Amino acid sequence: MAEFNLKINGTITKIDADPDTPILWVLRDHLDLVGTKYGCGIAQCGACTVHLNGSAIRSCSVAISTVGDQAITTIEGVSKSISTLENIVKEAWLTHDVAQCGYCQSGQIMNATALLKSNPSPSDKEIDRAMTGNICRCGTYTRIKTAIKTAAAQLT
Amino acid sequence: MKVSAASSGGMMLGFSWLASCNPTEEQALSMPESWFDINAFIKIGENGLVTIFSPNPEIGQNIKTSMPMVVAEELDVAWKNVIVEQAALDTQKYERQIAGGSQSIRRGWQGLRMAGATARHMLMEAAAQEWKVNVSSLSTNKGIIKHDESNRTMSYGQMAATASTLKIPEKVELKDPKDFKIIGQPTKNVDGEKITTGAPLFGLDFKREGMKIAMIEHSPAFGMKLKGFNEEVIKSMPGISDVLVINTAPKEAAWSNVNAFTEVIAIVGNTTWQVMKAKKALIVEWEWDSPAENSQDHELKLEQSLQTGVNEWARKDGNPEQTFKNATQVIEKTFSAPFLAHNTMEPMNFFAEVSKEKAELIGPIQTPESTGKSISNLLDIPIENITVMLTRMGGGFGRRLYGNFGLEAATIAYNTGKPIKLIYTRQDDMTQGVYRPAYKVKYRAALDEKNKLVGFSIHGTGIHESPVYENRFPAGAVPNYLAEKMSIDSNISTGAWRAPRSNFIAGAEQSFLDEVAEAAGKDPIDFRLELFDHAIKNPIGTDNDYDPQRYAGVLKLVRDKSNWGVKTEGVYRGVSAYFCHNTYVAQVLDMVLINGKHKIKKVWCAIDCGIVINPEGAINQAEGGIIDGIGHAMYSNLTFDKGSPIQKNFDTYSMIRHHQAPSEIEVFFVDNGIDPTGLGEPTLPPISGALANAIYQASGQRLYKQPFIQQDIKLG
Repeated sequence: MAEFNLKINGTITKIDADPDTPILWVLRDHLDLVGTKYGCGIAQCGACTVHLNGSAIRSCSVAISTVGDQAITTIEGVSKSISTLENIVKEAWLTHDVAQCGYCQSGQIMNATALLKSNPSPSDKEIDRAMTGNICRCGTYTRIKTAIKTAAAQLT
Repeated sequence: MKVSAASSGGMMLGFSWLASCNPTEEQALSMPESWFDINAFIKIGENGLVTIFSPNPEIGQNIKTSMPMVVAEELDVAWKNVIVEQAALDTQKYERQIAGGSQSIRRGWQGLRMAGATARHMLMEAAAQEWKVNVSSLSTNKGIIKHDESNRTMSYGQMAATASTLKIPEKVELKDPKDFKIIGQPTKNVDGEKITTGAPLFGLDFKREGMKIAMIEHSPAFGMKLKGFNEEVIKSMPGISDVLVINTAPKEAAWSNVNAFTEVIAIVGNTTWQVMKAKKALIVEWEWDSPAENSQDHELKLEQSLQTGVNEWARKDGNPEQTFKNATQVIEKTFSAPFLAHNTMEPMNFFAEVSKEKAELIGPIQTPESTGKSISNLLDIPIENITVMLTRMGGGFGRRLYGNFGLEAATIAYNTGKPIKLIYTRQDDMTQGVYRPAYKVKYRAALDEKNKLVGFSIHGTGIHESPVYENRFPAGAVPNYLAEKMSIDSNISTGAWRAPRSNFIAGAEQSFLDEVAEAAGKDPIDFRLELFDHAIKNPIGTDNDYDPQRYAGVLKLVRDKSNWGVKTEGVYRGVSAYFCHNTYVAQVLDMVLINGKHKIKKVWCAIDCGIVINPEGAINQAEGGIIDGIGHAMYSNLTFDKGSPIQKNFDTYSMIRHHQAPSEIEVFFVDNGIDPTGLGEPTLPPISGALANAIYQASGQRLYKQPFIQQDIKLG
């Protein structure tokens, strides 16, 4: 066990855990931030997507010892954000009633938010490329794309 | 607080301050101070806010929204003043708390309507007593009771306390469907806000003070069992509290008998990562107790079964043997599909707190009643002392019909005396069985000299079940017909997977019919409509399980909506239609080629599921079924080597991805006012047929073997 001071959703939080613990399990087990989901554990499904200094990463495969002072943002942080972009994305998800089972959607939203931050008007191809790492077994892909486009239209 | 509320009659009424000041239909209500139980589905606050309990498990089919909508419709309240709560398992209060077979809405329909209508009647009865008028002189609108003659109004909230004490009426009138105000309105998912903000909702999100994390290790191959392991090493690892071997072979079998690995190692510890690390440190000795199987053997066995397998059941109409002998043309084709894993995005998990006397279970399960019973039998705990709470499920697709993980969680909690949450890793989940069976089916069609389909036969086999439905189309539409079923035993466990059997047989049949239509020189839609016409005017046999009028109806609808017959340069089209789970579906798939690679441009989907309760959710289900169906037919594959699944996680098991989904899906419903049927499954089965038929148009190549991606398709 070791002590880490992680910046999570804008707050410095002291964590006592093994250095190789993935961010995912620190969020879920230590901090009760369960919006970030476990799907595969090997960075192949995108359910655990969070932002590290604004970039989308797979939290199941990044150990807390490598985080340092980089800022971690989770779906809980994003949904409480007063920033326009985050709210626009969430509202677009609700407007298009994207979710079916809903399990993968926080990862999808986190990835889409990171995409729109770096590219506020992505083409279909750019959306495909950015989102291809996020699996949805329910098959909500067309709705996700529509929601991203709706959000993009409001951003530009 | 008592306030005079009657404007004309001058009557003194007792009601809450919160609900005073002329209740109106448009008022949005806050949380009430107290609730009054009207019946198992409804409680009403003193201010008129309504809680509706959704009885069935929510797996993404959106019944947590649509079932309460039906109750709210007959209750006659404003949807915005409804809170939805997931009901726990309660066999006294609810019937059939199962998510399976796309039956929640179909089987729930009457009961849900009655729940709403009886509650409405009781509220009106309470008002009639209060006003001393005849109940028939009252009307309701969005939670407000009105006495027209005196122009007096009262909210449901004001009458809730009295209504909750009244006898439930035996007979009530249901609404005329043309007066529906909520049913038929596009309505958002009631959990949308929680899903998009990451609030705890799913079984995996559940946490209780003092709860430990548990994981299991099952054998790496089907046919192997546990011999020994480094128990002491694992026990000494950081954070680990218990290491044990559990056996959950159920005494009572319903929905629990498909687990191939009843004896497993269980590890209990403080955090998920600590338990995962302990699991990785396991050194286990396994031994064979039945033969190792592999995919080559399966292929041979399926082929042999088709050739020489024992026929389990046949339907025979006319004289198929003679018809094939006399035919002008005989077309014979064999189709096959591999095992598939369910891969719900939320892996199997369950919370359990169990003592010698009672058990509390919380988690994702499609069959809570069976899980409760199985645990009662296995651990010898009285059934009345077992509670099962349902969480929202991160997908079901049939996997969560089989509650072996619930039994494991209960057994671990029982043996350790600790509240635990059992979590499967993805690998545990994918290598654990209950797969979609592997199937193989041989079709034959006989055409006469006028290119009429006069004979049809289907022989189907699979591990462990045949995919053949002998009474489905084209049975009833062909005078000489033969259906035969075979099956193969295996130590690999299989089970229901979204639209069981139909998920394969629909696409195979619809691809084959496309080929037969071509051989007959007919347009594929005209060819099918001719067959339906035969089944309408001169049906063969009496056991046909479809309505040819409704079947033809969806095909005509999709034909018209998609402008079938109008050729567009560079667009390759396939058509397909199927009836299963009481719902009729027809689809047209448009494919284009971009740099020699296929792209699905658009899918047109016509559906006859009777009354559509929530068009928003219904369209979403249809889209999902289509994408899921395309994905599994095109990309997914589970194969075996030495009894072990080769694909263990998403790095080797292919699931459809964003860029592979259709660019557009348009859904059309037949508006016929018939009682509703389900939508969780029916749009999946036919789409693989439309896909294969479109690929044929683009490549000249027929596809007989799933996954299609592994066939050498030369497009363009």
